[in-house]
Amino acid sequence: MRKIQGTGVSAGVAIGTIHVLDSGDGSVERRVVDDSAAEVQRFRAARDTAIDQLGKLRDKTAAELGEGKAELFDAHRLMLKDPDYVESVEGMITTSKVNAEYAVNGTAEQFAAMFAAMDDSYMQARAADVRDVSKRVIKILEGCDTATQDPDGQHIIAAVDLTPSETVQLDRSKVLGFVTANGSANSHTAILARTMGLPAVIGLGKDFDAEDDGKTAIVDGSAGLVLVDPDEENLKSYQDKKKSYEDHLRLLQELKGKPTQTKEGQTVRLYANIGRPSDVTSALANDAEGIGLYRSEFLYLESEDFPTEEAQFEAYKEVAQRMGDRLVVIRTLDIGADKQVGYFNLKHEDNPALGYRAIRICLTQPEIFKVQLRALLRASAFGNLAIMLPMITSVQEVRDAKKIIDEVKADLRAKNIAFNDGVNVGIMVETPASVVMAPELAKEVDFFSIGTNDLTQYTLACDRQNPNLSRFADPHSPAVLRMIKMAVDAAHEAGIWCGICGELGADLSLTETFLDFGLDELSVSPTSVLPLREAIRER
Amino acid sequence: MATSFTFTISDPEGMHARPAGKVVEKAQSYKSAVSLTDGDKTVDAKRIFGVMGLGAKCGDTITVDIEGEDETAAASELEAFLKENL
Repeated sequence: MRKIQGTGVSAGVAIGTIHVLDSGDGSVERRVVDDSAAEVQRFRAARDTAIDQLGKLRDKTAAELGEGKAELFDAHRLMLKDPDYVESVEGMITTSKVNAEYAVNGTAEQFAAMFAAMDDSYMQARAADVRDVSKRVIKILEGCDTATQDPDGQHIIAAVDLTPSETVQLDRSKVLGFVTANGSANSHTAILARTMGLPAVIGLGKDFDAEDDGKTAIVDGSAGLVLVDPDEENLKSYQDKKKSYEDHLRLLQELKGKPTQTKEGQTVRLYANIGRPSDVTSALANDAEGIGLYRSEFLYLESEDFPTEEAQFEAYKEVAQRMGDRLVVIRTLDIGADKQVGYFNLKHEDNPALGYRAIRICLTQPEIFKVQLRALLRASAFGNLAIMLPMITSVQEVRDAKKIIDEVKADLRAKNIAFNDGVNVGIMVETPASVVMAPELAKEVDFFSIGTNDLTQYTLACDRQNPNLSRFADPHSPAVLRMIKMAVDAAHEAGIWCGICGELGADLSLTETFLDFGLDELSVSPTSVLPLREAIRER
Repeated sequence: MATSFTFTISDPEGMHARPAGKVVEKAQSYKSAVSLTDGDKTVDAKRIFGVMGLGAKCGDTITVDIEGEDETAAASELEAFLKENL
């Protein structure tokens, strides 16, 4: 048995025989041609065929994987039409008197080198896209079929690398998964593998040779592990693992569109936590009923300076629009403590968790807060947004924050800028003070959302960042659970809803307790939505 | 006399292949010349390798210059398009 560790890019287990793709050694022969004009014509004809093939691939991808994934092939077609690319190939043919294959390969390497030299991993991965389209043209010029060789029966594909177009062309009724020696987690190939639900491990750093063809392999896409010629024990254990993974996946998929309701009819709203607008895709794919926590601080953490009102507006608007009628709760700036941003110039603090952070920054530097509120309120005209204030400890803080919100509203109104005047305002209940003051706070706001991570930290006086305290920082502590119950009761007494947006919400061992408490909403990571719905429906 | 505007990229992945493709297709639909400037780099918005070669990231502010017979319509449509897609 051979064990190879790589990077898992698409979860699941595949067990089957290996089919080593003969993708060649990548070398392209250099020949001197006498008639350059004829060679240019040969290139143009091959390029047109490739553009035509990519158009068909686009339509196939749109039908099978959706319009978003298909757009990649529009970009690939544009690459082959790009005058810079075409001029480079034709220039090489004409000036160096070389064959078209060699000129296409040389141009591809030049453009790929440009992307590989960029400092951003997403852009570096585009080198693979240039090579992909060029390889297609070269294969047409060589008279080879661009479709991947397809043996009979189900199999696992092993290749040096797979281009996005090769990945999309894999016959899903036959291919169980794939492994590659090269590749990156940000490549389109990895993205496509996840969309297609094919277990995949890339970056094994080792090529599979012809001798591996036909051998049995196990691909563990979650652990990034490949076992070639597995022993009986591993084979049996992975067969069990595969079955339970698939059973569970099937079961979970069946829960899409079904109500999050217990057998006795108690319903809980099941929302997703997100950090970026792009996370909406995952929230929707996992059937989240809303966004219970949009961590707006990512906009600040990923910027080199204060994000502009426009940049924030676009991000909030995108989430609002994509979620449609569903509620999107945006948490206002929660910087400080473990989330430091250079341009805020925050002073070093001995106890940052008890320091100058979150709402405390917003209330003392309203000029920063107002930019975010303007963006948020403007975006409220495009969907169902709500504002959530973090780290509240007193009624006065809520009143001060609401006063600033009202000032921003008045300004927008004066300038005739559209926004939702009735936008809900809630608070995060994450300090013992907010729990104790919950009856009064509930009269000031439209909802509570309990941040269990900080509530545990502050209630048990255990710094979240200190690993020596893990045995003392038990989120299941009766003290924490009682705090949660007190907040829920106070909310309901005042007629407002109460949810949880901390990690405890996804803890299935507490789901029953939370149902008993009468929580109205649980907001969890997108991938926890369906497992949680399953737990609630089974109760 | 060229028409110009700026916009800030909010797509977390920056100007990668798919959005770059959409920008190029849109730019190609106008008769006017369209260029994008990010820092000290200026490229032709009708050429995908140029647009991707900008390496524009989330948070970068891009200046769009449009010059030609349909520049006024192109500017307003492109601005809305870029904000929608990037």
